[in-house]
Amino acid sequence: MNNLDERKFVLIAAVLFVCAVFILRLFWLQVVDTGWAARAADISERKVTVFPSRGLIYDRHGELLVANTPVYDIMVVPREVKDLDTLGLSTLLNVPLDQVRERLHKAREYSQWKPSEFERQITAEQYAAISVHLYKYPGFYGQSRTLRAYPPHVAAHMLGYLSEVSARKVEQDPYYKPGDVIGVGGLESYYEKELRGKRGVKYVVVDVHNNVQGRFKGGQYDTLAHEGKNLYTGIDLKMQELGERLMRNKKGSIVALDPRTGEVLALVSSPTYDPSLLVGRVRNTNYRTLQQDSLVPLFDRALQAQYPPGSIFKLVQAAIALDEGVINLNTSFACNKSLVGCHAHPDARNVEEAVQMSCNPYFYHVFKREIEQGKDPNRFKDAALGMATWKTYMESFGLGHPPALDLPAAKGGSIPGVDYYNRMYGPLQWAFSTIYSLSIGQGEVLVVPTQMANLAAIFANRGYYYDPHVVRAIGSPDSLNKHVQRHETMVDDKWFPPIVEGMRRVVNEPGGTARRARIPGITVCGKTGTAQNPHGKDHAVFIAFAPMEDPKIAIAVYVENSGFGGTWAAPIASLCMEQYLTDSISRPELLKEMEDANLIATEKNYVKFVSKRRRQ
Amino acid sequence: MNPRDSIIRNMDKPLVGLYLLLMAMGWANIYSAAYDPDHANLFDTAREYGAQSIWICVSLLLGAGILLVHGEFFRNLAYPIYAFVLVLLVLVLLVGREVNGAKAWFGVGGFGIQPAEFSKFATALALSKYLSGLKTLQEVRSRVIAAMLILLPVALILLQPDTGTALVSGAFVLVLYREGLSGNILLIAIMAAILVVLSLIMKESTHAIPFTGWEMHGQYFLIFLLGVFCLLIFLFVRKFVFKHRRKRIYAYLLFAFLGSAAFISSVDRLVDRMPLHQQTRIRVLLGLEYDPRGYGYNVEQSKTAIGSGGLLGKGYKQGTFTKYKYVPMQSTDFIFCTVGEEWGFVGSTVLVLLFGALILRCIQVSERQRSRFTRIYAYCVASIFFLHLMINVGMAIGLAPVIGIPLPFFSYGGSSLIGFTVLLAILVRLDAERLEHLR
Repeated sequence: MNNLDERKFVLIAAVLFVCAVFILRLFWLQVVDTGWAARAADISERKVTVFPSRGLIYDRHGELLVANTPVYDIMVVPREVKDLDTLGLSTLLNVPLDQVRERLHKAREYSQWKPSEFERQITAEQYAAISVHLYKYPGFYGQSRTLRAYPPHVAAHMLGYLSEVSARKVEQDPYYKPGDVIGVGGLESYYEKELRGKRGVKYVVVDVHNNVQGRFKGGQYDTLAHEGKNLYTGIDLKMQELGERLMRNKKGSIVALDPRTGEVLALVSSPTYDPSLLVGRVRNTNYRTLQQDSLVPLFDRALQAQYPPGSIFKLVQAAIALDEGVINLNTSFACNKSLVGCHAHPDARNVEEAVQMSCNPYFYHVFKREIEQGKDPNRFKDAALGMATWKTYMESFGLGHPPALDLPAAKGGSIPGVDYYNRMYGPLQWAFSTIYSLSIGQGEVLVVPTQMANLAAIFANRGYYYDPHVVRAIGSPDSLNKHVQRHETMVDDKWFPPIVEGMRRVVNEPGGTARRARIPGITVCGKTGTAQNPHGKDHAVFIAFAPMEDPKIAIAVYVENSGFGGTWAAPIASLCMEQYLTDSISRPELLKEMEDANLIATEKNYVKFVSKRRRQ
Repeated sequence: MNPRDSIIRNMDKPLVGLYLLLMAMGWANIYSAAYDPDHANLFDTAREYGAQSIWICVSLLLGAGILLVHGEFFRNLAYPIYAFVLVLLVLVLLVGREVNGAKAWFGVGGFGIQPAEFSKFATALALSKYLSGLKTLQEVRSRVIAAMLILLPVALILLQPDTGTALVSGAFVLVLYREGLSGNILLIAIMAAILVVLSLIMKESTHAIPFTGWEMHGQYFLIFLLGVFCLLIFLFVRKFVFKHRRKRIYAYLLFAFLGSAAFISSVDRLVDRMPLHQQTRIRVLLGLEYDPRGYGYNVEQSKTAIGSGGLLGKGYKQGTFTKYKYVPMQSTDFIFCTVGEEWGFVGSTVLVLLFGALILRCIQVSERQRSRFTRIYAYCVASIFFLHLMINVGMAIGLAPVIGIPLPFFSYGGSSLIGFTVLLAILVRLDAERLEHLR
C-alpha cells in the first residue's frame, strides 16, 4: 500500500493549488482591478440634486407679491406598470385615451426603468382628488415641485417670470443644467442669483429595486441646499393694484417713488397682463398670444417707453436758468404766442407764475438765455457752448442715461447735445432757433417714465435724489440695499423752493393747470405736461409729490394719446398718492370716472380678451 | 476512568477550533448580510440570523452528543443510517415541499429540512464501511458496488432535481483515488473536461486550415488538430521507440484519437439537449457570451460585490452592495460576497486559508489513523469540504459555473449546518478513539 500513500500528496497539492488560485483571483478582483468598485458605486449610489425653493417677493408691508405653489407631475416607470386600465387612467387624469397610449409608448422608448413624465403640473387641488386613486395604477406616482404663484396678480412687468433655461445659457453658466428654470425679465432676472439659492447634492444608496436605503457614508459628501433669498420690495401693493386698475383701458404708465430713499412704490405699465399667464404649461401659448397682441402688453412702458416729456421739462429748465444766473426769481416774459404756441393766461411775472401757468413763450426765453449766453460772438459757437453746459446740467437730473434701477433693460431716454446736433446738421450749422422746441420738452429730448418720477423726487427733495430701486432688502426685511447712492444735482439747493412753490400753485391756485390733482387735507405739488407726438392725440403727463412740507411720495403718470395732462394724468396721480398717504380714497366719483375711462377706443375688448385666457 | 477515554482530551483541538471559528464567522456574516435594524434581536426567527442562531444551538448540541457516542456505533450502523437517508430521499420525492422548483424539503413547522444534506455523511459512512472491508479496489465487482453506493443517493437527488448537491458526490472520486482507483481515470476525466471546454469554445467559429483555403467548422477543426497531433506522435514513436513497444502505443494512439473524435461530436449534441439556462451558464463561464442582465447576472453582481471590497473591505455591516440585495441568494449560495465586500481581500484570503487548513487538517488526521474505516471516512470529509469550497467560492469569483451548493458554516440553512456538523463531529469522535486500538 505504500504506493497509495503517496497519493495523499496529490490531494494536498490539489487543495493548495485551488487555494492559491482563489487567492490570486481574489487579489485580482479586489486589489488590482478597481473597475468592480466603480461598477458597484455606479449601480448602488445615486447623486440626488436637492433643489432649494426659490425666494419669495414681498411688498413693503409684508404682503406676498410672488409665492411658490406646489404642483404635481405624474411620473411613470414603464417596467412597474401592471394590468393597466387605460380607460380608467384616461378619465382620472383627463388625458385622451390615445394620448395615454402614446405617452406610455414614449416613456417605454426612453427607458423601462427610469421614470418619465406622464402628465405635467397638476394643481394641488386636482392632485388631492387624483392621488387617492393612483394606487390602482402601479408604476404611476406623483412628484411634487413648485411653480410661481402671484396672489395679487399684479406687476407682471416688474416681477418677470420663470422659463426653462436656454441651451446657450447652459453652455455659458455651468450652474445650470438642461431643464432648470431661470428668471426672465424683471426682478426674477435681475435677482436670479439671490432668488434661486444654491443647489445641494445628496448622495444616497439605493437597493436593487431603486429604493433609497440611506445616505452614502452618513452624508459626509453631501452639500446643503441654500434656500433662495426673499426679496423685500418697496412696492405698496394697494397703490400698485389701484394704479393698474386706473390704467385699465389706457396706454401708459405710473411710477411712484419714495423721494427720501429712492424706493419704488409702484410701477405700472399698461396694458399689462396677469403674471400667472406665464406660469407652467400654459406659458408658451400665452406668451405667443401676448407677443402677437397689437397693444404690445409685454412692453414695459414704465422703463422702456421713451417719450417727449412735455411741459414737466420746464421745471428743470427753470432750475438750470436760475443756477446759471441767466434769469432771476422775478424775471418776467410776456406770453408772446408768436414765438411758440400757448394757452390763454395772464403774463407770468416771475418764475413761480411761469411754472404755475406753464407759459410756453416764457420758457422759450429761458432756454434761449441758457443757450445764448454771449460767451462767444459767433452765435453758432455760442449755442454750442451753451448746449454743452445745459446737457451736463440735464444729466445731473438723472436724464439722458438709464437710471441705476435694479431691473433689467431700463432705457435712458435721450438728452441731445452738441455732438447730436453736429451729426444732425453739421458743426456750426445750428443755433438756438434750430432747437428751441427743447425749451418746452418737445423735439429731440426723450425721457422714460421712471426718470420723470425721479424728477418729481428731485423737486420733492429740493435738489437731490437717490437711485430708484425696487428691492429695499434681500434675505431679511432689515438688511437694507446698500448699493443705493445719493446724487446731487448741479443746481444750487436754494433755487428749488421757488420752483416748488410754482408746483404748489399748479395744483392749488386758480390758474394752475392741475387742479384735479388736489387731495383734501394734503398739499400736492405737481406739474402737468402735454406732449405732442406723431401717433395721434397728445400724450398726457403729470409729475407730482406730496405732501409739500414733508414729501413721502413722488409720482409720474403718463397716459398716451389722452390729450391734456391735467385731465387724465393729474387725477390718476392724485388718487394714487391719496391711496398711499391716507390708505383710503375720499373721491369715489373721481375714482370711478378714471376707472371707467377707455382711452383705447379701437382695442376696447383687449382686457376681456386677456382675462379670458387668464386661468389656463 | 482511563485518561485515554476522555473525549475532551483526545479530540482533535485544531479541527474543533476551526469548526467553532468558522461557524462563528459564518453566523456573524449572515447577521450582517440579512441585518435589519427593526429585528436586531439575535434570536428573532423572522430574520435569517435569528433562525441560524437556533440552528447553531441545535448543531452544537448534536455535535456534542455525537462526541459522546462510541465510534463503534457509527461503524456498525453505517449501512442502516445510509438506508434511512435513502428512505428519506425517496419520501421527500413523494411528500416533500417544492421550493424553487425542487422537491427537496420536508416542512417541519416553520422550518424546512433538506434530507439531501444528510446524504453526504450517510454516503461517507457507508462508503468507508464498504471500502474498509476490501483488500483492494481492483475487482470490478467491488468497484461497481462502491459506485452504486455513491450513485444511488445521487440519482434520488437528481430526481428532485438538485444538481448542485448531486455534484458534491463527485468528491468521493477523490476518496476512491486515494484508496487505489487508477489515476488514469482521473486523468481521462480531466482530459475529457479540457476537450469539452475546447470544443465548446471552438464550435463558435470556423477556422481556416493553414496553407490551404479551406474553412472548417470549429469542431471538425479540433478533430483535425488532434489528428495532426497524433500523427506527430506517431512519427516520433516510429523514429525513437523500440520496435516491440510501438504496436501497443499505436493502438493507444488510435484509440485515443477515435475516442476523442467521438467524444467531441457527442459533446455538441449533449450540450444542445441541455436546458437553455444551463447552456447559457456554461457559455457565460467560458466567456463565450456576455450577458450581465441575464444568466450571467448573478456572477456579475457577485464579482462586483467582492471586487468593491478592495483590500480591507467596507467594514462590518457596511457592505451596501450585498445588503441592498444586488446579489441574488446572498445569504445562501452567494454568502461569500458578503465576506468579500465587508472584509476585503484580507478577510477573503483568511477565509480561504481557514478552509484550506480545515481540509488539510482532515487529510492529516486521516493519514494518522490505523483504522481504515476512520481513514477513509476522514478522506470523505476532506473531499466533501474541498468540493464545497472549490465550487462555492469558485462560482462567487467567476471561476466555476453557477451551481447552487452552500459554503459550509457560512451559508444560511439549518440542514446543511447540521449535515456538516454531524460529518465533522463523527470524524472527531472516530479520531479520538484512534489510540484505543493500542490497548
